[in-house]
Amino acid sequence: MTQHFAPIEGVSPPFDAALSETVVRIVDLKRRFGQTPAVDGVSLTVRKGEVLGIIGRSGAGKSTLIRCLNGLERPDSGQIFVEGREITGLGERELQPLRRRIGMIFQHFNLLSAKTVEENVALPLKIEGRPKSERLRRAAELLDLVGLADKAKAYPASLSGGQKQRVGIARALAAGPAVLLSDEATSALDPETTRSILALLKDINQKLGLTILLITHEMEVIRSIADRVAVIDAGRIVEEGPVWSTFADPRTEVTRSLLAGIRPQLPQAIAARLARTGREAILRVDIAGAAARRPLLSELATSISSRFRLIHGGIDNIQGEPVGTLFLGVATASGGVAEAVEFLNARNARVEVLGYVTDNA
Amino acid sequence: MSQIMLELLLRSLWETVLMTAASGAISLVFGLPLGLALVVTDRGGIAEQRWINRILGAVVNGFRSVPFIILLVALIPLTRLIVGTSIGTWAAIVPLAIAATPYYARIAEVSLREVDRGLIEAVRAMGGGRWAIIREVLVPEALSGIVAGFTVTLVTLVGASAMAGAIGAGGLGDLAIRYGYQRFETAVMVAVVAVLIVLVCGIQWIGDRLVTRLDRRA
Repeated sequence: MTQHFAPIEGVSPPFDAALSETVVRIVDLKRRFGQTPAVDGVSLTVRKGEVLGIIGRSGAGKSTLIRCLNGLERPDSGQIFVEGREITGLGERELQPLRRRIGMIFQHFNLLSAKTVEENVALPLKIEGRPKSERLRRAAELLDLVGLADKAKAYPASLSGGQKQRVGIARALAAGPAVLLSDEATSALDPETTRSILALLKDINQKLGLTILLITHEMEVIRSIADRVAVIDAGRIVEEGPVWSTFADPRTEVTRSLLAGIRPQLPQAIAARLARTGREAILRVDIAGAAARRPLLSELATSISSRFRLIHGGIDNIQGEPVGTLFLGVATASGGVAEAVEFLNARNARVEVLGYVTDNA
Repeated sequence: MSQIMLELLLRSLWETVLMTAASGAISLVFGLPLGLALVVTDRGGIAEQRWINRILGAVVNGFRSVPFIILLVALIPLTRLIVGTSIGTWAAIVPLAIAATPYYARIAEVSLREVDRGLIEAVRAMGGGRWAIIREVLVPEALSGIVAGFTVTLVTLVGASAMAGAIGAGGLGDLAIRYGYQRFETAVMVAVVAVLIVLVCGIQWIGDRLVTRLDRRA
């Protein structure tokens, strides 16, 4: 169960974080509300050009954490460095110019209803004191980037949720930030719109090389655009790593439970009938990287004496890496179960015997 | 109705309009900043100052507790200091404005409080300071409510100005009391009420149209 996947030769991950410079560094950050710690000693590094996803259940402290990064929330202790400059301990006035280096998008968009789309996008520049002609030119550019050039003169109330978030993204980019913070930016959107907004963010990340730090409670969001994921629970980072390896080999219960929705699960009908003994053993097989590239099932069929069937599962592609979970039913009659476990273990697959069933279902 | 009565009615209408407009304008100029101050200095506001907030709140409540007819008389020394006399239309504008300012401040405060905190947060996140928040968020987002509240204040002032007759300020209310009520001239009373209805409806209509035009939320 604790076997880890070996790195794969010849495949470079889409983003090589280790080679890049640091944009945001968080050191032992703590923030409590009354007696409850919301952020309890978080240390994290965000590197230039990467998309780092922070995932956690509601109340895990992710919102407090992200709001500390631009000083909307004051930490009790710990340090935050943005582009090498410490921001903790700065006053509101000193924070203002720094906040222009940090764009932010919100779950509920937070567009000003009394201003047109164009005025909303240009607002960060207005606050900065840039001349009007420059503001309008930049707003037009950004609206073009997010595909809303024709809505410049419209008011936010006339836009759909997805369009509003596009305006929010354009606005967050107006001042040319070093990092974009996304606070549950797709949580209020339907699945289709979510996909298009995530595609836009990924596109901006790749085209402009913009660093993105996003928080979410949906693994789907992490899978779509993050390079690295950090799982937060009760104010602590409990797990951190490249998305594909975290998906393939979740180390904590929290991560497993967050993954449950988008990874194959043993069908309920079978899970309910699992017993200590039976005619068929139910195996859960996790494979990733090299192990998932080989003709594993066909090799298994020729090397064990029992017959087996595929009950459920599949192979997903995350950051270009195959990550699979298969549920196999192996006949117990001729000692094939032990053979199967041994064979799969030898090929870097993680195997777990979940239980036994007797009648086929 | 005689020619003289008609002239009297017109003059009274002018006095009422003058008192309402002048004291309304003053209450807007002072009441809106006061309303803003009440919101931004409150707990969780963008310029939290609990003590200033408590003092402002107490002053506003104090002025709002005094019946207008009493305020009219109590403020006579101040009126004399500002206008030079304590009698007449201009003299009535001082107590009317002083009564309307805290009234309007409270109404504006309600609209300003309704502004979504997320919007304030968004502007803070983009590096905006307090002034930017007031100029770009609080006032524009609450503008339709601020205008609607000002309409209410103006209508209230039309009513309050009726009492200004007590210090010789004239106006439609005064005309109705002296001619319509004390001299039993029902025709004058009916005429005054009709003019007041038209005046109040007119103010409300203009206010409503402005609000519709300003509100971009729907």
